[in-house]
Amino acid sequence: MSDAILSLSNVTKQFGSLLASDNVTLDLRPGEIHALIGPNGAGKSTLIKQIAGEIKSDSGDIHFDGQNINGFDAVARSRMGLARTFQVSSLMPEFSVLQNVMLARQSVSGQIFRIFKPVLGDKSLVEPAMAQLERVGLADRAQMRAADISHGERRQLEMAVALALEPKAFLLDEPMAGMGPEGSKRLTGFLDGLRSQAPILLVEHDMDAVFALADRISVLVYGRIIATGTVDEIRGNDDVKRAYLGEDA
Amino acid sequence: MTMNREFLINTILAFALVAVPLIALGMDEPFIITLATKVAIFAMAGVGLNLVLGYGGLVSFGHAAFFGIGGYAAGILASHALNYEPIMESPFLIEGTTQMIVIWIVALIASALIALVIGAITLRTSGVYFIMITLAFAQMIYYFAISWPAYGGEDGLSIYVRNGFPGINTLDPISFFALCAVMLAITMVFSAVLIRSRFGLALQGARQNPQRMTAVGIAPFRIRLVAFVISAMITALAGALYADLNRFVSPTMLSWHMSGEIMVFVILGGVGRLFGPLAGAALYIILEHLLGGVWEFWQLPLGVLLLLVVLFARGGLVGVLAGERKHV
Repeated sequence: MSDAILSLSNVTKQFGSLLASDNVTLDLRPGEIHALIGPNGAGKSTLIKQIAGEIKSDSGDIHFDGQNINGFDAVARSRMGLARTFQVSSLMPEFSVLQNVMLARQSVSGQIFRIFKPVLGDKSLVEPAMAQLERVGLADRAQMRAADISHGERRQLEMAVALALEPKAFLLDEPMAGMGPEGSKRLTGFLDGLRSQAPILLVEHDMDAVFALADRISVLVYGRIIATGTVDEIRGNDDVKRAYLGEDA
Repeated sequence: MTMNREFLINTILAFALVAVPLIALGMDEPFIITLATKVAIFAMAGVGLNLVLGYGGLVSFGHAAFFGIGGYAAGILASHALNYEPIMESPFLIEGTTQMIVIWIVALIASALIALVIGAITLRTSGVYFIMITLAFAQMIYYFAISWPAYGGEDGLSIYVRNGFPGINTLDPISFFALCAVMLAITMVFSAVLIRSRFGLALQGARQNPQRMTAVGIAPFRIRLVAFVISAMITALAGALYADLNRFVSPTMLSWHMSGEIMVFVILGGVGRLFGPLAGAALYIILEHLLGGVWEFWQLPLGVLLLLVVLFARGGLVGVLAGERKHV
C-alpha cells in the first residue's frame, strides 16, 4: 500500500447528526482507476471535497504524493497535483473555452502577477491549452463563450481544464453526469487511456462505465465503505447487492 | 462586429473629450474647459474603481477614501510649501512641495499602503459585508479628516496657487486639461494592458467563479488584494488632480457621497468596459450642468436613469451602444 499516490485513513466528517464520512480508508495507486460508487446521499461528493481540501475533515489523515496534506488548503492541494472536476460543471461562463483552459495553464506555469504581457498572445499558454482542447475534441469551440456551448461540451471542457493542470491524480466527480449514451461512451474510451497518465478516483453513477473502467471499486453507503475490490468481487458481494445494486439489479 | 462597434464608440468618446475643450478654447469659454477637466478627472477615478468593481466584481463603496487621500496629499504638501513650514524637522527634514510629480508619488504610496490594510481586511468578506466594511473604513478616514484641525478640519484646505508641472503653465485651463487628459489616457492604457494580462485573466476569473479558481490552484484573495491596491492608487491620482483643479480639498472628497458618485460613473458608463467610466463621468457632468442649471432636483432624473441602467442595461451606456461582448 505504500506505493499509493493518494491514501485516506479513517477520514471522518460529521454534519450535525449526519455522519457524511465514517472512518473512510481507501487509496489510489499509480495507473489505476478506482471507482467510488454508492446510492445518492452516500457521501461521495463530500468525500471528494475533503480530498480536494474544500471541506475540512473532523479526523483522519489524507496523504498525497508522500506527504500528509491535512493542513493544506484547496489551492495548495491543486498545486501539488490533485485535479478535480465538478459534478455540476463549474466554469468561467464569460471566458472563451480557450481562456478557461489557459487559466489552468497559468496556475501550472506560475507568474500570475505578470501584468504587461497580453495573455492571448502568449504561446506558452495558448499552445498547451489548445493541445488539451484537441485531446477532448473541443478545439473547434475554442473561441466560443463557455456559457454558449452545450452541456456535453461543458463536461468535456471540465476534463480539458483538469488535464491542463498536468496532475498527479484526478478526482472526477461524475464526469458522465447528464451526458447522452454517445458522449458517455466516448468519455469512457478517453478515461480508459487516461489512467496511464495519472490515476483516477472516479465517482460515477453510470454503472456500465464503472464496470468497463474500474480496476477497483469501493462502495460507500451512509458514509461508510462497505466493500472494496475488483469488479467481479464487488458484483459478487452480498452486502453490496443488498445495500446498493440490489435496488435495480 | 461588436468588438469593432465598441472600438468606434471608444474613439468617439476620446475624440469628444479632446474636441470639446478645444472648441471652448476657440469660443473663449474657460468654464467648459474646466467641466471637461472635471470629466477627465472623474473618469480617472472611475477607471480605478472599475478595475475592482467591473473586472474584479468587488463592489467597493469606499473609494472616496483613496480619492480624498490623493486630494489631501496635494493639499497638505502644498500648504506646507506655501507657508514655508517643513512637515517635520527631526530626525530629518521633510519639506512640502508644489511639484505635482512629487505630490503624485506621495499620493500613490499613501493610497497603496492604506489600500493594502483596508483590502487585507475587507477582502476576507464578500457581498454586502464587503460593501459595508469598505464604507466603514472610508467613513473612519472621513471623520478623521474632519476632526484633524491642523489641516482645516471640516473647513478643508485651500491651495492658493495650483501646483506646478515642469514645462507646463498649470494655471492655464487648457494646459491643465491636457495634463489631466494625458494622465487619464495613461491610466486607461495601463488598465487595458492589465486586464489582458495573466493577472487580468485571473482577476476576471475570480469574479466569475472563485470555486473554479481555487480548484485550478489560484488563490483569489491575493489577486484581489493586488487589484484593490492598484485600483486605489489610480483613484488617488485622480484625487490629487481634483484638489488641484479646485485648488481646494475638504472632507467632502472623502465622504460616502463621493464614493457613490464614483460608483455612478462606472455603473452609468458600463461596468467592466474600458471606456465606461469616461462615458459615465461625461454623462454625469453634462446632466449636472444642463439640468442642474434649471432644476434644483436634477439628481432625480439621474436616479431614474441609474435605475433603468441597472434594470435593463447592465453594460451601461457603452453596453447599450456597443452591444454585448462575445467573451471577455
